[in-house]
Amino acid sequence: MRTIEQTTGEILDLAAQHFKVPRASLSPQDDFFKKLGIDSLQALEMLTRLENHFGIELPDYEMQGVSDFRTLASRIQARL
Amino acid sequence: MNSFKGKSLSWDVREGVVEVELHRAPCNEIGTKMLADLEEFAKALETFSREASAVILHSTRPAGFCAGADLRELYQSAAPLEIAARVAGVREFLHRIHAVLNTLDDSPLTTIAAVQGVCFGGGFELALACDLIVADKMARFCFPELRLGLIPGFGGIPRLKRDLGNAIVRDLLLTGRSINAQKAAGVGLVSQVAGEGEALRVARATAAQVTKFDRGTSAAAKRFAKPIPHDELRREIDLFCELFTRPAVMEGLKKFVESTDALPYLP
Repeated sequence: MRTIEQTTGEILDLAAQHFKVPRASLSPQDDFFKKLGIDSLQALEMLTRLENHFGIELPDYEMQGVSDFRTLASRIQARL
Repeated sequence: MNSFKGKSLSWDVREGVVEVELHRAPCNEIGTKMLADLEEFAKALETFSREASAVILHSTRPAGFCAGADLRELYQSAAPLEIAARVAGVREFLHRIHAVLNTLDDSPLTTIAAVQGVCFGGGFELALACDLIVADKMARFCFPELRLGLIPGFGGIPRLKRDLGNAIVRDLLLTGRSINAQKAAGVGLVSQVAGEGEALRVARATAAQVTKFDRGTSAAAKRFAKPIPHDELRREIDLFCELFTRPAVMEGLKKFVESTDALPYLP
């Protein structure tokens, strides 16, 4: 079982890789919409990559209002 | 017509397979232009059975297969009208798109949707009219219509009910959530999951297999396995038009058109 820190770290790794930003520039409290400048399609893509990576289902409505990596990690952790 | 190049789609017939490419920006939204090209395709489809065994529908738009009905066009054309004229316009559009999708559903050829990225609303309904759905692992399927105070109007519920169990039909319909390709395969919606960017290649391999069989036998098997739910399809149009008279629909469309949300298809 992953810890919340491990889950957060994996999300940050995925985001850095996918959006081609330095991993060191991302931190758990960042607002990923602002930090990564993502639009609705990219948000969906990120959701799919997270589901595929963690092998979970994450309904879109659980993502609503979530904008920082740490909260996102807690939503994912609840489904692992 | 062995090949066609329209503003929204084009097709070619090669080695017994009709490849239909959807290419309307931004993501193949189905409005009047796409509908006109789809009608051309439906007309031609009836002549393909002499030279082809399979059809592949795919998109060259990076965002996905099809984002559904053109809601901006719908809002802009309906907003200035009185309710009766709005409903009449919508009903005519629905009859035309249903005719296209029924022709596709009923075609003696084996039809394959090669799906990547977004496959929402009317786009999902287009894929559901095909016999097989091959999905890239980044594909997502969704019926977001309830957020607009509507139901899917291009045959979505009757075809979902025909193909899938009630639990997933209600889940997709009543929550409006999107599901990924793996989940879609698990519930029987998608027949094969391809790697990222590989849906068309997998669809071509599947089509090549289909062409090995006697066309008449394949058509008979399809007719037996895939009855078209005509009564429910007609009722769907009536229900959609009834719901379309409600003020909440125009408010929902306006909100969608003006939205800058990250996930605008959700309530």
